[in-house]
Amino acid sequence: MGRRVLLIEDEPNIIEAISYILSRDGWTVHTHADGETAMDKVHQGVPDLVILDVMLPGRSGYDILRDLRAEAATAHVPVMMLTARGQAKDRELAEALGVTRFMTKPFSNAEVLETVRALAAP
Amino acid sequence: MISFNLLIAVSLAYVAFLFAVAFAAERRAAQGKTAWLRSSAIYTLSLSIYCTAWTFYGAVGYAARSGLEYLTIYLGPTLVMIGWWGLVRKLVRIGRTQRLTSIADLISSRFGKSTGLGVLVTALAIVGTTPYIALQLQSVTQAMGVFAANSGEVWGPSDLNRSAMWVAMGLAVFTLIFGTRNLDAHERHHGIVLAIAVEAVVKLFALLAVGIFVVWGVAGGLGPTRALIDASAQAQWAPMPSRWIGLIFVSAAAFLCLPRMFQVLVVENADERVLSTASWAFPTYLLLMSLFVVPIAVVGLDLMPAGANPDLFVVTLPLREGRDGLAILSFLGGFSSATSMVIVATLALATMVSNHIVAPSWLNARMPGAVVSGDVRRVVVMSRRISITAILGLGYIYFRVSGGGEALAAIGLVSFTGVMQVLPAMIGGVFWRGANRWGAVAGISIGFAVWAWTQFLPSFGVDAMLSQAVFERGPFGLSWLRPHALFGIEGIDPLVHATVWSMMLNAGAFVLVSVLTFPNPLERLQGAQFVNVYEYSSGARAWSHSAAQAEDMLVMAQRILGSSEAQALFRAEAAAQGKSGLLPDVTPDFLSHLERELSGSVGAATAHAMIAQLTEGAMVSVDDLIAVADEAAQIMEYSSQLEAKSAEQERTARALREANEKLTAVSIQKDAFLSQISHELRTPMTSIRSFSDILRDGEVDDTARRRFAGIIHDETNRLTRLLDDLLDLGVLESGQVQLNIGEGRLSDVLDRAVMASGIDPARVRIERTPAHEGVTLRTDLERLTQVFINLISNAAKYCAAEKPRLRIKVRQTQGATEVDFCDNGAGIPPEFESMVFEKFSRLEDQGKAGGAGLGLAISRQIMTALGGDITYLPGQGGAGFRVSLPAAAAAPAP
Repeated sequence: MGRRVLLIEDEPNIIEAISYILSRDGWTVHTHADGETAMDKVHQGVPDLVILDVMLPGRSGYDILRDLRAEAATAHVPVMMLTARGQAKDRELAEALGVTRFMTKPFSNAEVLETVRALAAP
Repeated sequence: MISFNLLIAVSLAYVAFLFAVAFAAERRAAQGKTAWLRSSAIYTLSLSIYCTAWTFYGAVGYAARSGLEYLTIYLGPTLVMIGWWGLVRKLVRIGRTQRLTSIADLISSRFGKSTGLGVLVTALAIVGTTPYIALQLQSVTQAMGVFAANSGEVWGPSDLNRSAMWVAMGLAVFTLIFGTRNLDAHERHHGIVLAIAVEAVVKLFALLAVGIFVVWGVAGGLGPTRALIDASAQAQWAPMPSRWIGLIFVSAAAFLCLPRMFQVLVVENADERVLSTASWAFPTYLLLMSLFVVPIAVVGLDLMPAGANPDLFVVTLPLREGRDGLAILSFLGGFSSATSMVIVATLALATMVSNHIVAPSWLNARMPGAVVSGDVRRVVVMSRRISITAILGLGYIYFRVSGGGEALAAIGLVSFTGVMQVLPAMIGGVFWRGANRWGAVAGISIGFAVWAWTQFLPSFGVDAMLSQAVFERGPFGLSWLRPHALFGIEGIDPLVHATVWSMMLNAGAFVLVSVLTFPNPLERLQGAQFVNVYEYSSGARAWSHSAAQAEDMLVMAQRILGSSEAQALFRAEAAAQGKSGLLPDVTPDFLSHLERELSGSVGAATAHAMIAQLTEGAMVSVDDLIAVADEAAQIMEYSSQLEAKSAEQERTARALREANEKLTAVSIQKDAFLSQISHELRTPMTSIRSFSDILRDGEVDDTARRRFAGIIHDETNRLTRLLDDLLDLGVLESGQVQLNIGEGRLSDVLDRAVMASGIDPARVRIERTPAHEGVTLRTDLERLTQVFINLISNAAKYCAAEKPRLRIKVRQTQGATEVDFCDNGAGIPPEFESMVFEKFSRLEDQGKAGGAGLGLAISRQIMTALGGDITYLPGQGGAGFRVSLPAAAAAPAP
């Protein structure tokens, strides 16, 4: 079974697009659309990679990133952040919190695929 | 035969009566009952001190010697009183506003409060009045001598002197008691005034009684009296026009200038309204006094032995006829005439001496500032008492020295001409602003010298003061300086000569020197106050107008302190006095407080002058003070402009800070807005791009391809809608929206909106009340439909009820139409109620419902543009919105 990717995103069409391209490339994609309960999902099984949206219902992507980095079990997990708010200060905040890769929407599928492959490689 | 002792007893009783009258008047005045003491009757009677013993006894003697000429002595004052409106009223007004105490005070005060002038006028008055006092003593003692002789006694000079001394002492006591009792600013003496009014009645009554007795009791009626007059030598004397004119002028001038006349005419006057009554009453009094003068003189000359003193006919005629009672009455009349004159003259002179000679010297001898008010008061009272005693002593000494040589009337005229020298300075002072102190000093000095040389010194008789040689050849052989022929002009009556020369040289010097020299500032101010006294003072008395005064002060203070500060000052003072408003009572405390405040702005001197001008009753009001204040204000204005500038800078800085904060807030909002737009745009674009990449890559089965194409289609629509909304909002917010006004029924608009919202009637039930929807609207129907669509679709999107229901209710209120949209969902949490109309306020967890959260923001903009409103209705069980349409947009259906 392929490497596990956890996609935390609330836009259904984006979830569907990313799930499609990663599944086709052999990744096991778990999705979660709520910020509030995102960490519970993480605790159910630490993924090899987290793809994290910033604007989530309940809890922002930054808070989830902070939690991921705070817990020993997840501190090393690569996190790829996707945001529609592509301002410099968003990137700076994410990097300060220990993001692995910061990407601005809209993205090209190839770009996402390459990044996932690079970060979640065994 | 009456005994001399009876006369003395009656006289003493009369004196005791006068004391009682004076005491009673003072007591009533002390109780504040002064109204009747200030009546025009009392005032008129007090003026009768003009009629002294000279008039009482002397007029008959005058008529016996000079015929009708004695009338001139009455005509002068009559003219002055008839013309009271011109001069007397002005003097009285000035006297009150300036609180004048004497004629010396008038001259000194007018010419810059000059001490020197005060001394000069006082000296002149003493020189002019002392003989007159001696004259009164002489007339009383002569009359006493008549009674003594009548009792079979023979009086030598020592007897006369002794009785004169007793009379002088008695008068001194009376004047000391009633003249120095109170030292109030106005120098009013109610006791003395009432006593002399009583004496005025007594002397008129006595003279009339004697006259009637002489005409009807002695001569045998009017007819025989007339015959006697026609037959007398007096009837043959033709009047000398120059002498008549001269005498009328002199007596008129004396009436104004005599210290005692100024005392009763001006100083004792408490109300100038009494003048109009006195203007006819006093001439009437004089007429009555003169009525029987000629008959008494003629009958006396006819009946009395040759060589009898005609000055004493009024006493000797009744005695000769055995009418002792009438004789005593007549004596009392003469006694009254003499004593009233002496009392008032002594009082007036004592005031002048103490105010212009003693007090200034005493104050100069002290260190300035060491003056305690109680001290000054004691000094003034003492100096006045000493002055009274000294003046009466002087009169007595003059009486002793002169030995009663000259006829009474002659002394009277000499005295008149002497005090008359004040006249040019007085008239000029109150009518001519250009008059100044050097002119007054020059005029009075020269007039005084001319009078002394041409009249006073010669009056003692040839070889008494001036030698025969001086009269004939002039001093040191300077013939143009002969006392009765100045500048070589001979043949003029000595009185006319003295009058014309002294007045001409006096007035000439006064005018010339005034023109050639410059007045000091205080003189200018006083000059304006005197000459324009009517403008500066109102008819009423100062203290009764304290509100008006306070108002004037407020006006002045506002000019100087600025209105808010001045008003605060006055309000605080009024409050401290327990009054509301801005006008406190003008108390001394307040005045000194105000003065201190003002002196901070305009300097102590100016402040003092301003306050003084306002409070002296001389209401320099408002215009003059404003002129002064304006000058000061210009200086003040410069500094207040500086203050204003710094205040302005501060305001600007504050405005800038506020603007900066606002801009920062706006830019934060703008950042948030841009960030929101970015997010709203990028999200559908992300899906579109991603799925179009997948489709381009191929390897997608048909089902998936169709599905992905559908997603791309939906997201593109979403994007388009968003852009439309943004553009729409931009237009609405910029206020450049084009409204397309049309008419339509509300029910139709709602129908269209329900249809266009694409709502599924099976899922969401819409409840309407068509009966209320029959309203014709006149508005932009498209825009209104857009608002309704938004509200209906919001309900469809967000109402989470199991059986969603939307109630649309129409209401008419006060001409406005209200359309409420209420669903049965969960509603909007209270913490979000306030933001539902904000852009992108879509609740986060309802994002999937589509739309960018601009709908309500747009709706609100539309309703504002249509002149209506849209509000959230809390507590409706679900989400409730109310759309209000203005009256103009709605009208009931026909």
